[in-house]
Amino acid sequence: MSWRLPAGRTLVLALPFAWLGLFFLFPFLIVARIALSEAALGIPPYAPLLRRDEQGTLAIVLNLGAFALLVEDSFYLDAYLRSLRVASLSALLCLLAGYPMAYAIARAPERRRNLLLLLVVLPFWTSFLLRVMAWIGLLADNGVVNNILLGLGLVTEPLRLLYTETALYLGIVYCYLPFMVLPLYANLVKLDPALLEAASDLGARPWRAFLAVTLPLSLPGILAGFMLVFIPAVGEFVIPELLGGPDAQLIGRVLWTEFFQNRDWPMASALAVVLLLLLVLPIAWFQHLQGRAGGGR
Amino acid sequence: MQTANVAPPGAPEPWRDPEAEPYVRIIGVTKRYGATVAVDDVSLDIYRGELFCLLGGSGSGKTTLLRMLAGFERPDQGRILIDGQDVAAVPPYARPVNMMFQSYALFPHMTVAQNVAFGLRMEGLPRAEIAARVGAMLDLVRLTGLERRRPHELSGGQRQRVALARSLVKRPKLLLLDEPLGALDKSLREQTQFELVNIQERTGITFIMVTHDQEEAMTMATRLAVMHHGYLAQVGTPAEVYEYPQTRLVAEFLGTANVFEGIVTKAGATGALVESTEFDAVFESDTDPPKPVGARVFVAVRPEKMRVRKAAEGERAGTNRLVGAVRDIAYYGDFFMFVVDLPDGRSVRVSQPNLARVTELPITWGDRVAVDWPPLATVVLPE
Repeated sequence: MSWRLPAGRTLVLALPFAWLGLFFLFPFLIVARIALSEAALGIPPYAPLLRRDEQGTLAIVLNLGAFALLVEDSFYLDAYLRSLRVASLSALLCLLAGYPMAYAIARAPERRRNLLLLLVVLPFWTSFLLRVMAWIGLLADNGVVNNILLGLGLVTEPLRLLYTETALYLGIVYCYLPFMVLPLYANLVKLDPALLEAASDLGARPWRAFLAVTLPLSLPGILAGFMLVFIPAVGEFVIPELLGGPDAQLIGRVLWTEFFQNRDWPMASALAVVLLLLLVLPIAWFQHLQGRAGGGR
Repeated sequence: MQTANVAPPGAPEPWRDPEAEPYVRIIGVTKRYGATVAVDDVSLDIYRGELFCLLGGSGSGKTTLLRMLAGFERPDQGRILIDGQDVAAVPPYARPVNMMFQSYALFPHMTVAQNVAFGLRMEGLPRAEIAARVGAMLDLVRLTGLERRRPHELSGGQRQRVALARSLVKRPKLLLLDEPLGALDKSLREQTQFELVNIQERTGITFIMVTHDQEEAMTMATRLAVMHHGYLAQVGTPAEVYEYPQTRLVAEFLGTANVFEGIVTKAGATGALVESTEFDAVFESDTDPPKPVGARVFVAVRPEKMRVRKAAEGERAGTNRLVGAVRDIAYYGDFFMFVVDLPDGRSVRVSQPNLARVTELPITWGDRVAVDWPPLATVVLPE
C-alpha cells in the first residue's frame, strides 16, 4: 500500500508539469529558436539554425540581430515602456475602483454577498470581444455618451472620446476590474471585524483604523489583484487596437505588425521572448513575497 | 483559590454607602435585536475600583451589555453614565473605556510592542513617552523580552497578556473584559485569575468582566450580577449571592443546590416552617424573611451544608432531616459527593469534606442514611 501514495502524488504533480512543458515550455523554445534565426524569404520565413557549409561541416548559426535591433531602435523600447506604463496605471485605476467594491461586498450581509459577486463576474457571460466593441458604440462621435451630452446641452459638439488614451484606459479598467475585485474580496472577507472594533476601542477613528489595520492586512489581496490586472494588460492587443488611438503603439500591436505585416518572424519572436521575461520576473517576485508572507503566518 | 471572594474586614464596600457616588451608572437600558430582547431594562450602579462580574449563560445578554459600555452597540432605551458623563452619543474611539476582547483581537501584522503602543499612538503622544509606558506595561504583565514577537509567535497565555496590556496602557477609566480567561486551559486560568486581581488592585482601574464561569466570578469579583434572558436576576457580593440567593434560578446557577417544594405552615419574625409537598418532611429556616402562611415556596439546601450519617434503626424523615439509600459516591479527593435516593424517587446530593484521610468510607452503596442540616442552611425562595 505504502508505495502507491507517493506514486499517485508524483502522477498528480507530473500532470500540470507535463501540461506546462507541452504547451508552454516547448512552444517557448520554438519561439526562442526563431528569435535567434536569420530572417529569410520563403516558408517558413527564417533560416534554420543548423546548417552545413560548403565543406560539409555542421554549424550552428545564431543570429542576435533581432535582439540587437530591439535594443538599438528606440521604437521598440518605447513600446515596451508605454505598455508597462499603461498596464501599471490601469492596474492602479482598477485598484482604486475595485477596492471600495470589494470592501462593500465583504461588508454586505452574508446572504447578499453571492449575488453581488455574481454581478461582478456577470460580464464574463458575454464575449470579451463583444464587450470591447460595445464601447465603440458608447464612445463614438455619434455614440451614446456624446448623444446624451449633446441632448443635455452640456457640450455643443461631440467630444472626441473614441481612439484616445481615455478610451484605452476605460476599456482596460472595464475588462479587468473583476480580476481586481475577486482576490481583494477573498482577502477582505477574511478580516476579523473584532480587529476594527479593537482599533476603534483604542482610539482610532474609522479612517485611521482603515489605514492602520484593514489596508496593511489586505496587502496580499492588493498584490494579487494588481498582478492579475497588470500581467495580461501589458500584452493586451484587442483593447488598444479597437479603442486606442493611432499613437497607442503598445507592444502587443508592435508584435502583431512585425509578425503579420512585416513577416519578420525573428523580430516578432525576440519581442515575445523579452515580453515574457518582463512578465515572469514580477511574477517570480510576487511568488517570493507570497512565500515570505505565508511563512510568517 | 480564594482571592477576592470573602472581603477581608475593613475592605471598602462603597455599594453599602448611600452617600457614595457610583462610577458607572446603567439606567433602564434595553437593547432589542428584531423581536428578541437581548438586554431587558437593566439598571446597575458600579463603583470606582470594583472588579464587577457579569455572570450568565450564553444568550443572557451579558456580552451585549458590555458592548454597550464600550460603544459598539447603542441602547434602544435607557442611559449609560461613566464618571458622570452620559456616553450615549460618544463613539467607541472617544470613550474613556477600553476593552479586552474574548478573541484578544491582536493585530497580526504588528509586534507585541506595536500592539501595545497602538492606543497611545492614536492619542498622538510623543515617542519617548509611548516607549516608556509600553515598557512599563509589558513589565507589569511580564512580557519583557517579547517586544518584537508577533502574535502568532506567542502562546495562548502570552497573547492574553498582550491583550490585557494593550487595553490597560491607555489608563482607561473603565476596563471591560469579555471572557478574559475563556481561551486558557485550567491550570493557567487559575494562575491568571490571581494575576488579574493583582493587576486590578495595583492599577486601581475599575474592571467589568463578563464570564459564564461561576467559579471565576466567585473568586475574582468584588460584586457580581447574575444575568438571565437579558435581565439581572441578582446583584451582590459573591458571598451574598451564594449564601442568600433570592430565586431558585440563582440558587441553582451559582454552585449546586438541592431544591424542594413546599408550603409555609408557620411564619415567625425571621424564618419559617415549610412542609414538603413531595414527601413527609418539614424544613425549618431561621434566617429568611417570613413568607405568609399557606404560600407555596421552594426550599434550597446546598450539598456542603448537609451532613450524611448511617440512619438509626427505624429512623424516619423529620425536621431538616431526610432518609434514603446511597445510590452513588463520587470521590473528588478533597471531598466526597453522595447521591442519596429518597423514597419518593427524588434524590439529594450531599458533600462531605475529606477530613480523615480515609481510603475506606464507613458508608457504602445501598446503605440507609440520614441527611440533616441546621436551620441556618435552609433557604426559602419564592415560587
